[in-house]
Amino acid sequence: MSERQVELEVLRYNPETDQEPRFQRYSVTCREEWVVLDALNHVKENVDPTLSYRWSCHMAVCGSCGMMIDGEPKLACKTFLRDYPGVIRVEPLAHFPIERDLVTVIDDFMAKLARVKPYLIPKEPAPADGSEYRQTPAELKKFKQFTLCINCMLCYAACPEYGLIPQFIGPAAISLAHRYNQDSRDGGRAERQEEIAATEGVWECSFTGACSEVCPEHVDPAAALQQVKIKSTVDWYKKHLMPWAKE
Amino acid sequence: METVRTDVAIVGAGGAGLRAAIALAQADPQLKIALISKVYPMRSHTCAAEGGAAGVIKPDDSLEHHFNDTVGGGDWLCDQDAVDYLVQEAPKELIQLEHWGCPWSREPDGSVAVRPFGGMKKQRTWFAADKSGFHILHTLFQTSLQFRSIERYDEFYATDLLIDEGRCQGLTAIEMRSGQMRRFQARAVIIAGGGAGRMFPFTTNGAIKTGDGMALAYRAGVPLKDMEFVQYHPTGLPSTGTLLTEACRGEGGVLLNKDGRRFLQDYGMGPETPIGKPVLKTMELGPRDRVSQAFWQEQKKGKMVSTQWGDAMLLDMRHLGEKKINERLPLVRDMSISYMGVDPVTDPVPVRPVVHYMMGGIHTDIRAATPLAGLFAAGECACVSINGANRLGSNSLTELLVFGRRAALSAIEHLQTNPRAGNDSAIGALADAAQARIRALFQRSDGKESVAGLRREMMQTMEQHAGIYRSGAGLVEACRKLGELRRRYGAVVLTDKTNVYNTDLLQVLELGSMLDCAEAVTASGLAREESRGAHQRLDFTTRDDAKFLKHSLAWYSRAEPPRIDYRDVVITKSQPGVRDYSGAHE
Repeated sequence: MSERQVELEVLRYNPETDQEPRFQRYSVTCREEWVVLDALNHVKENVDPTLSYRWSCHMAVCGSCGMMIDGEPKLACKTFLRDYPGVIRVEPLAHFPIERDLVTVIDDFMAKLARVKPYLIPKEPAPADGSEYRQTPAELKKFKQFTLCINCMLCYAACPEYGLIPQFIGPAAISLAHRYNQDSRDGGRAERQEEIAATEGVWECSFTGACSEVCPEHVDPAAALQQVKIKSTVDWYKKHLMPWAKE
Repeated sequence: METVRTDVAIVGAGGAGLRAAIALAQADPQLKIALISKVYPMRSHTCAAEGGAAGVIKPDDSLEHHFNDTVGGGDWLCDQDAVDYLVQEAPKELIQLEHWGCPWSREPDGSVAVRPFGGMKKQRTWFAADKSGFHILHTLFQTSLQFRSIERYDEFYATDLLIDEGRCQGLTAIEMRSGQMRRFQARAVIIAGGGAGRMFPFTTNGAIKTGDGMALAYRAGVPLKDMEFVQYHPTGLPSTGTLLTEACRGEGGVLLNKDGRRFLQDYGMGPETPIGKPVLKTMELGPRDRVSQAFWQEQKKGKMVSTQWGDAMLLDMRHLGEKKINERLPLVRDMSISYMGVDPVTDPVPVRPVVHYMMGGIHTDIRAATPLAGLFAAGECACVSINGANRLGSNSLTELLVFGRRAALSAIEHLQTNPRAGNDSAIGALADAAQARIRALFQRSDGKESVAGLRREMMQTMEQHAGIYRSGAGLVEACRKLGELRRRYGAVVLTDKTNVYNTDLLQVLELGSMLDCAEAVTASGLAREESRGAHQRLDFTTRDDAKFLKHSLAWYSRAEPPRIDYRDVVITKSQPGVRDYSGAHE
């Protein structure tokens, strides 16, 4: 089994003892097939129990271990050491306040997620016989991709607009609103529109596509944002140019 | 200490906790609900469940079939009244999730699709590709956001239950962000804290699954039931323990030894079925305990493939073709490529059995009530018991929905019959004592044991002596060792003595939970001198219904090993019989 000496340069910050963040070097013997999270766990177990970070599933589905790895937002459990020949710099996700070390404060995202009403607002009452709503595979396919968001927030760390305008609702929350808007069972688009079509909603996006590039689940938030923009534009034209037309 | 006053406090915000919270909020919007979890809800381990959730929906199926599969799969250690309730409620709960927007996979006519699963006689596993648990969790979490009465306390670690006048009246929890302890004064408490697979070194379980909910109840005097039954899932990646869902085999994947033989036919699960045409309840669709045991036997014969991570069998899915694999098993393909460097479209994937699920847990009755008034439990942390000695795949997601809701309804009944307010000063004193115990950890100066060192020794002990096959001598040694580790835990060092997001402290507390649970596993296993389901003894190789058609109960003792006693299994209509997974069954 091949091993390798890996140099990690990890951002440390403890609000109780540090004036400001600093970097700490750890040199650890790692197995070739390890991911960055394995290396951090090795440090935590054998070198420095004070290092703090979030993690759980180690299979890219719980969304806990988002961090900046050599300046890019990544899931530490799916970022392989073999792709990083040199010193690996590990920092907390950009654009979020640091709570401690690699742990960020995610209150902003949690609040925005709730604001876009990411739950089914039924178009029609559920079938009276207690059965399921019918939904064809084609109807499912229209929104399935947007259901895959694991709330890891890599897209917020990558988004230049969110960095500049913290009020921007952001890629993941808009994608999840769009996910319900596109669901054949849902009739809540008008209710969600207040949030996502507002100035801090979809219009802040300048479509750099960075969100989709970093998304570990291939949700493609940029596509969701563009679809929302187009639909909102159509709404505007309908309202202002064709007041007789129904929605 | 700051106090939060609430009607119902829920510990754990995974599938069971969220389902309970929604049921409470819907039943009575005036109820105050505190949903407390050591992680944000969407990080809960429910998200890692892949295959699906069982519930009778198709015309060729029946509740009786689901009942019989579950009871036989559990080697007759299930409480049959509880299984009846499970199978009746299952379709309603799964349809409820559909009504909340869960993106279940569909048939061309728009009805929900089902897939075959191990040990199930009919196709009844509802699925959302191979991320079923993920979608269930997120559907529940997102649905919960519409209820203002659900007050969330994310990243709060529960340390102690507050018990006064013989009933549970709340708990204490540490807010990770500040390190401050909070007292939750509640009229009822529901524990939904998940399993404890992290006692073992090789597990599908995420880092958070450290048995905290189980330990919380156990230390408060509630017994842990049937803890010796630990499920090995047959197909984990040898490198990381990452789960490859049973749906791989449900969709038609086969298991091979190093000679390319489908060896399950040699272990009572034959005759061989045609490739690409899986037959329910036999061969690769046998139950998890039998398949994992067959691996162990075959390994003994030297028939396994050796990898740099140890022996493995081969999971061959190539005949399914790229299109089906992408559509039905996208996560499986991604994981196999990422963590093993093997693409299931072109090559068989090496896999081996891996610790996956605790059949045992907090002793509850069919109402999800524990013997302690005001305390309820649901999900993996609880033992109702519908899983008996071996859980069938896709029953656990169903269980957390059905009994999460049931716990909520029982809590409401409890509130209605117990309107008395608690004694503030008595409860305050209990909370202060809990805080003092944490402070003592910070003040300890003579500690010499490291959390990582003790944890390693615990994991080695469990792996060596409490695995797929066990022996009396091994379990005696494991009990001795765990007793020693529990004593040494009293001298564990806290290196990090700061307050904000102190994961060193968190790990110390989690280790304490795991050691208590581990001791319950080995002590219950030592006392059970028979082989049943997932508990296989090399020195007692057969099932002994005369002596052990009973649930084990492990009772906590601070300084001593747990006391073990027994409780009758509820049998209503299915008398213990032979578990037949040969192709000969019907």
